[in-house]
Amino acid sequence: MSVKSSWPLWEVFVRGKRGLNHVHVGSLHAPDAEMALRNARDLYTRRNEGVSIWVVPADAITASSPDEKDPFFAPSGDKVYRHPTFYAIPEDVPHL
Amino acid sequence: MTGEREADTLERDFQHTVDADQRIEPRDWMPDGYRRTLVRQIAQHAHSEIIGMQPEGNWITRAPSLRRKAILLAKVQDEAGHGLYLYAATETLGAAREDLTQKLLVGKQKYSSIFNYPTLTFADVGVIGWLVDGAAICNQVPLCRTSYGPYARAMIRICKEESFHQRQGYELLMTMMGGTDEQRAMVQDAVNRWWWPSLMMFGPPDDASPNTEQSMRWRIKRHTNDELRQKFVDMTVPQAEKLGVTLPDPELRWNAERGHYDFGAPDWDEFWQVVKGNGPCNAQRVAHRNRAHEEGAWVREAAAAYAEKRARGLDRLAQQQLATGGVA
Repeated sequence: MSVKSSWPLWEVFVRGKRGLNHVHVGSLHAPDAEMALRNARDLYTRRNEGVSIWVVPADAITASSPDEKDPFFAPSGDKVYRHPTFYAIPEDVPHL
Repeated sequence: MTGEREADTLERDFQHTVDADQRIEPRDWMPDGYRRTLVRQIAQHAHSEIIGMQPEGNWITRAPSLRRKAILLAKVQDEAGHGLYLYAATETLGAAREDLTQKLLVGKQKYSSIFNYPTLTFADVGVIGWLVDGAAICNQVPLCRTSYGPYARAMIRICKEESFHQRQGYELLMTMMGGTDEQRAMVQDAVNRWWWPSLMMFGPPDDASPNTEQSMRWRIKRHTNDELRQKFVDMTVPQAEKLGVTLPDPELRWNAERGHYDFGAPDWDEFWQVVKGNGPCNAQRVAHRNRAHEEGAWVREAAAAYAEKRARGLDRLAQQQLATGGVA
């Protein structure tokens, strides 16, 4: 029987408390998803840092290019009119 | 030619990001030397956390009360956690975990020399928390702003937890200092043994630390070894006074002109001897780690075999469902 020499890598996301998003906190190795969850609990929530954990196989993540000047993000670069501050409104107009 | 120009541009952009105090993230271009330096430094740091479980783990079964035992267990568990945060950071640089583990086991990568000293009494547990973890905090707080993002984020977690380590150590020592003469003597003895090795934790003097300049330019390091050592001494002297112990350095005195404490030089020959493997516990620490690794092999293999078997079972189930035309 072949035994894999190393366990796969999992990325760990933790919801700090109800009402917050899950946030990436780091990664770990585990043989399967169930063990990854247990290891994540022991590794990343030893001090009540979370109420919910997601584990995702690291190779299941697709990422954009890390380049800061990546044209991928260009479409939003020139659309200042998407921001509320783009619109000049007289100061004496209430509730706007 | 174009290749060279491109490399120049990449290097300039990289240094520009670093100089602007922005973080470098895993998939960014980085100089090979930067990557190598980080992998070596972070791995050495991770190994230190893993080996660092041993000196204190030595006292878990003999802790004087359930309270002290629970605290010590939690602390040693934290050290394991810190090692894992740091190994995870090295993996973002392309290092493989088994490779680093292997290098530790065969002595090809080092860990902090401080852990090659023995813990002779329970007072050592307190002094390690106070001085050794105190020195580690001095070293590590600036690393929360180190230029490599995953390393900085790991250090933020670690520093938060180290604060518990240092405080429990100091509290343990305060309790012992309030005890018998014998207990007070035990604390003083432990301080005498750990003071100089703690000062050595900051590494050789600046003029004997050839890599510091490049690491500072890359903002991996934010302060020199001597700056951090001075900071540690300045922080620790008033804590020693409050505790009622003396620090074993006849040259230690306040220098009003500098606004710092003057202090003597550690025995650097001893430092290099321990680095080279001739400290009191080097062989024991590595042998123990090897034994633990070998004794855990069947657990790792069983877990992997179980995961594989279950994955095959799930596969079969899915194929059956496909064949029977849907989910039951």
